[in-house]
Amino acid sequence: MRYHRPGLDVAAHTLLIIGALAFMLPVILAVLASTQSPGTLFSGTLPLSFGTSGLDHYMTLLTEPVRGVGVPAWRLMLNSLLMALGIAVGKLTIAMLAAYALVFFRFPFRRCCFWLIFMTLMLPIEVRIVPTYGVVAELGLLDSYPGLVLPLLASATATFLFRQFFLTLPPELMEAARIDGAGPWRFFIDILLPLSRTNIAALFVIMFIYGWNQYLWPLVTITSADHATLVTSLKRLTIATDGTPPWHLATAMTVLALLPPVVVIILMQRWFIKGLVDTEK
Amino acid sequence: MTTFQRHRLTPWLLMAPQLVIVLVFFFWPAFTALRQSLYVQDAFGLGETFAGLANFTRVLASRSYHEALFNTAIFSLSVALGAMALALLLAVMADRVLKAGRVYRTLLIWPYAVAPAAAGVLWMFMLDPTLGVMTRALTTLGIDWNFRLDGTQAMILVIIAAIWQQMSYNFVFFLAGLQGIPASLLEASAIDGAGPWRRFWTITFPLLSPISFFLLVMNTIYAFFETFGTIDTTTSGGPGGATRTLVYKLYQDGIVGLDLGGSAAQSVLLMLMVGLLTLIQFRYVERRVQYH
Repeated sequence: MRYHRPGLDVAAHTLLIIGALAFMLPVILAVLASTQSPGTLFSGTLPLSFGTSGLDHYMTLLTEPVRGVGVPAWRLMLNSLLMALGIAVGKLTIAMLAAYALVFFRFPFRRCCFWLIFMTLMLPIEVRIVPTYGVVAELGLLDSYPGLVLPLLASATATFLFRQFFLTLPPELMEAARIDGAGPWRFFIDILLPLSRTNIAALFVIMFIYGWNQYLWPLVTITSADHATLVTSLKRLTIATDGTPPWHLATAMTVLALLPPVVVIILMQRWFIKGLVDTEK
Repeated sequence: MTTFQRHRLTPWLLMAPQLVIVLVFFFWPAFTALRQSLYVQDAFGLGETFAGLANFTRVLASRSYHEALFNTAIFSLSVALGAMALALLLAVMADRVLKAGRVYRTLLIWPYAVAPAAAGVLWMFMLDPTLGVMTRALTTLGIDWNFRLDGTQAMILVIIAAIWQQMSYNFVFFLAGLQGIPASLLEASAIDGAGPWRRFWTITFPLLSPISFFLLVMNTIYAFFETFGTIDTTTSGGPGGATRTLVYKLYQDGIVGLDLGGSAAQSVLLMLMVGLLTLIQFRYVERRVQYH
């Protein structure tokens, strides 16, 4: 290409490397700090190498009740995992079924159903947090796994994506299935489900991250330590009772909180990007 | 599209889970908010009286609401513009070095997966008033840094944490947009003698404007709602309400303060703001950029 300038490429690489390092810096520092003994940490200078405590703080967090929370971090991680999986699997299931009905069936009030569902695209749960609490209380679901997960399923992004995808499928697929005598369930399981694999993977990554990182709703609805999630419990370690938080534990807890979704995003990067770009189209 | 026509019950069975969830956990709370915003509860929560728009006038007249509105405006504007500018710069660079671009993409997208609350803690550690790494650098520069006491500094802390987290989202979209711009356009312009700077502003930037507008709306919504965790873990809205945004105030008044009428009015006002944003988005972004 005649307009290529090698000098600019060098500048681009330099900027990108600086950018990538700058974005990693907070996590690198947190990892380093989590391996220091409290004494070293509070002396004022954070050494730029691993400390003498190794994984001790992680072991403390994972095996002993976390300060101010009451259960060990493994329990918090398990609860976060259940919430994230519940949201991801729940959303995928109800969204696929609803999109299937909207695209492949004609029934009365179809348009009405469509609009009812798509109105939810506009308002995140944070807007209606107080009345949602009221509804969940009325249903007797406060401080429970269903109460934690169900209200977060009330959004249409996944339904929208599956609808878009189903509309791109050639009509002949369905003709052929009908000629072969396949009913709606056969068609769904044998044809639609395998074809949707990529979309399912893409949405799963997005929804898992969304679920794992929920903060306000768990904070509001969960009151017992047995159901507490990891991300919402972070604050227990950052409240400064005597001026400075117990940073050796707070950094370790933060690393535990960010590790699972970051690993998921890196391993499933291809699907993540597809999912992200598709859901917002 | 051909359809299954002879099945009457099946579509309703398929729709049922989604419909039930949406009705119970979306429309029921939304209508409760609408209704409660028009009523005043008595002090014991036993009865309520119709109040017309009294809740709205009370909320809109209160100084703390004005402050929260102002904080939200400063916060979301800074986050949106900061995260978009940074993402655009890095995406243009990554697009230049196409072959290595994928490596950089991996290195730059992972903050998306970090919880906003965790992002807050990471930056709070770096900027801790007594042992923060960056605090020492700031002290050397003669800046007296303590976000626990200084409202402006607290705001800067949450803005930085939110930009750090949101940049990766914008980066993915800008990079996809840039890769969708036909090389022939840029080559033609180069043949006409336009340098890289000029090519960017006359071709790339205008072609990215629909995506930029879309991102502006998405970033604003992110800053409005998803940053609750960032603010709660770091500053809890303080000091002195300096980082209390609209959603934070809604949480404090409704969940902590149990002011049902007032918080419902705030909910309705927020719904109107988000609804307006979405409408503007649908109106102006008619044609989205091609990604594939």
